[in-house]
Amino acid sequence: MIAWTIYVTFAGAVLLLFAGPALSRWIALATTLAGFAVSLIALFQTPIADLAHFTTIVRAPWVPMLGMEYHLAVDGISLTLALVTSLTAVSAVLFSWDVDHRQNEFFFWLLLVVGGSYGVFLSADLFLLFVFYELVIVPKYFLIAIWGSTNKEYGAMKLTLYSFFGGALVFIGIIASYVTAGSLNLHDLAEFPFPPQFQSWAFPVLFLGFAVLAGIWPLHTWAPTGHVAAPTAGSMLLAGIIMKLGAYGGLRVAMNLFPQGFQMWSGYIAVFAVIGILYAAAVALRQRDLKFVIGYSSVSHMGFVLLGLATANVLGVSGAVLQMFSHGVIAALLFAVAGRMIYRRTHTRNLDELSLMNLNRALPFAAFSFVIASAASMGIPGFSGFAAEITILIGAWRIYPIAVWITGAGMVLVAAFTLRALKRTFFDTVEDVKSITSVTSSHRETFEPITLAEKLGAGLLMFATLSVGLYPKLLLDRIVPAVEAMRFLTK
Amino acid sequence: MSYLELLKLAAPEAIVAVTALAVLAIGLIRWGESPSNRRSSAFCSAVAGLGLAAAVGAVLMLPQSATLFGGMLVITPLTSLFKIISLSLAFFTVVLARTDLSSRNHGEYLALVLLATIGLMLLVGSEELLMIFIGLELTGLSLYVMTAFDKTDIHSAEAGLKYFLFGSTASAFTLFGLSLVYGMAGTTGLAAIAQKLSAQTLSPLLFAGIVMTLVGFAFKIAAAPFHLWAPDAYQGAPVPSAAFIASGSKVASFVVLGKIVLVGFGPAHGSAAWHAMIAGWAPVLAVLAALSIVIGNLVALAQSNVRRLLAYSAVAHAGYTLLGLIAGGREGFSATLFYTTVYAFTLVGAFGVVALVRRETGGDDLMNFAGLRTRSPLLAGCMSIFMLSLAGLPPLAGFFGKFYLFSAALRPGENHGLLWLVALALLGSLISLYYYLIVLKVVFVDEPAQHETSPLRRHGTPKSNVGGSVDQGGDFLQRVSLSVLGAIVIFLGLIPGPLVDRIIASLP
Repeated sequence: MIAWTIYVTFAGAVLLLFAGPALSRWIALATTLAGFAVSLIALFQTPIADLAHFTTIVRAPWVPMLGMEYHLAVDGISLTLALVTSLTAVSAVLFSWDVDHRQNEFFFWLLLVVGGSYGVFLSADLFLLFVFYELVIVPKYFLIAIWGSTNKEYGAMKLTLYSFFGGALVFIGIIASYVTAGSLNLHDLAEFPFPPQFQSWAFPVLFLGFAVLAGIWPLHTWAPTGHVAAPTAGSMLLAGIIMKLGAYGGLRVAMNLFPQGFQMWSGYIAVFAVIGILYAAAVALRQRDLKFVIGYSSVSHMGFVLLGLATANVLGVSGAVLQMFSHGVIAALLFAVAGRMIYRRTHTRNLDELSLMNLNRALPFAAFSFVIASAASMGIPGFSGFAAEITILIGAWRIYPIAVWITGAGMVLVAAFTLRALKRTFFDTVEDVKSITSVTSSHRETFEPITLAEKLGAGLLMFATLSVGLYPKLLLDRIVPAVEAMRFLTK
Repeated sequence: MSYLELLKLAAPEAIVAVTALAVLAIGLIRWGESPSNRRSSAFCSAVAGLGLAAAVGAVLMLPQSATLFGGMLVITPLTSLFKIISLSLAFFTVVLARTDLSSRNHGEYLALVLLATIGLMLLVGSEELLMIFIGLELTGLSLYVMTAFDKTDIHSAEAGLKYFLFGSTASAFTLFGLSLVYGMAGTTGLAAIAQKLSAQTLSPLLFAGIVMTLVGFAFKIAAAPFHLWAPDAYQGAPVPSAAFIASGSKVASFVVLGKIVLVGFGPAHGSAAWHAMIAGWAPVLAVLAALSIVIGNLVALAQSNVRRLLAYSAVAHAGYTLLGLIAGGREGFSATLFYTTVYAFTLVGAFGVVALVRRETGGDDLMNFAGLRTRSPLLAGCMSIFMLSLAGLPPLAGFFGKFYLFSAALRPGENHGLLWLVALALLGSLISLYYYLIVLKVVFVDEPAQHETSPLRRHGTPKSNVGGSVDQGGDFLQRVSLSVLGAIVIFLGLIPGPLVDRIIASLP
């Protein structure tokens, strides 16, 4: 069932190559909605018992001579991530309703990213997973280089080369494990006793390769520049889906295949994660560009995911998966507000200039969405961010109590930069009357109202973060058994 | 062995030779007084294409396996497969040449293409040193002339001369090396050489012979530091010649190099593993591969001419392809063969796009590609397929080729001794992605600058303004064949199984 998300998305992409430009956004919307419907149905229809293991759904020989298979499987983790992919995809299409040149190409690349991401989350064959993983690289480049804004060619190239660098590390890790174990099947590989000496070098290579895409601290710099350069839908996909690809790969492949290697290195991952949380939050505090603030906040939130993974216990890892979902939704919403609702109308993302525009009056819906997203981002109870982060921190408390203390301080920083951005963007009261120039007031007059597509997209994301925040059991019931089936857990 | 039987077994080569003569004769006939003599050249192309198709048919009719004159002419599934590949590469070259050259000497040009093809088939189909050398020379001499064929272009003459000088020096090395090997082994058959070599230790004289032989092949496949002819030849030669040098010549060279080192010099394999190097040809090839990957990729970064860029990237790809041979064994050889086949089809396609862009804009610098997307979406799409396949991105054939190649290179030995080369190759791929993306950026993102187009038009060949239909990206046949090549690259990426199975099954 869930496999259809892949087929539908790629079929839509191919269809776009032949369709007229007027139809393109409708085709894209229909495709992503179909994917969303499929993953929702799969979420509610699949028995929870089936989601406790990585259950095969499709399996066919591909290159039998070399042991490659077209092999898809699903468990609670995959399903959760497929769901966030489809959610983000639908809203990304809604927020690109106004793309007015080369629409077909735009939605073609967009659907390739989405389809490749579904593929990564559902692959049970290492080669297949890597094919989908690398498939996502080039569409990102074109999305940013053609339809992006600030410094787009630099941002696009940097992001692409970072992704490909991570991909090259993953490539080495995959080939080494394939050659050693003689199989590409994730089930078989997870059972294979890799020698500890091999795990000690293969794990960091593989994990680091994936973690580049997850925005691990010293290699995170592609994320803010890429997010800023990307068009709104591009930023939403980057933050919402692509950073999850890295974290998912680290969990499903690196950690699950090399438990001993993971134990050797988990402490270092935790250290990098905590540094990432603090560092990115501190940098976000000093940014002038609204998208840079959100870009660094993404890095900070992905630090929580890495910290959760590093705990190696059920609570921490489940929290990490939930955080992947939560951050996907929240970051998409934040970027949608900043990129589409504000920047398209004001043509600036500079916090100083925005603070003069009295945007909470001019764009009340944007202000409302941003407040919701900021609250979720700060981890206010009732939103998905809180449920995820508290689970991670409880999990981390058992092994890295110091990390929890430091991260707690980091959360204050997160709150600080979020509130600062929120205030400067929407709620600054201008003390000095003279500084309200005629330019600013004329801006206010010309803002077009928020369109229906934007309201729908934002509404969808807000609904998702609220419903998971109020009833996290919906996802956790499916995630926890799947995590318990993994073999790297420390009891 | 009667001559009739020989003729039967050598039928493909014979057909191509007869076609070459026929094309040469047809090219001499003057059809009316039209200055461009278009009908004659069209007829030449048709005859050449039919001859190549007939030769493919003849290859398919060959028996499963046969050996003539102690390995001078060998027929195995492997040789048949690569004869077909060489013939189809020649076919695409003929299509590419249809409108590219001044058609006055079209017959002669096509005859040279066909003669070079015979050389490739001899190379592929022989397991005997003398015959291999004859094949090398036949291919080489035809290609030298093809490179210098455009008499109106001084760069073509320069490229031809450079290629010839480097090539003949390399041939001299090879011949000297072969004579040393012959002196040590007392035979020219590859299998017999292997038997003799396994009985003796690696003497310095034999090693010198092996290294000199390898020098000649390193020149053929454009591996650093014997690559210096490649940038000039790729850039200066007529585009179809460059395409054929980069594809057909390379495939056949890799097939025969693989046969020589793995079959003939098999006992002197040595090892290129890190910290465990053993003298033999493998460390020599490993050094060539490492140098090629580093030099090719780094120098390609600085190129602004697409053909020159392709030339340096070809150097890097020669380095990757050598990995399979260094690893050795059936797996390694088949990975090398798969990769070089895919590479050849990709490169013919890329040169096809370059040829059409060149005809339209009068040049093949990067800026000539600006705005190609708006002028011809088909060409832009094909170019992106070829470039991304070269960079090794899925779902294209280059990706699978790299995966197969690198996994084959890591396979032998418990300690992944060749990991250093694989890591270097992946680093090289990372660098290469940058310059391939730059090409695609120009194609898809940049708009053509207005003030730059007009001087280029002036330099452009007069043919560029013949008619509106030509400006839409080549004539119909060329567009179809480019689409076919693009489809091949995608197909081999999505479903590599059939070709891989065939190659593995055909290896002994």
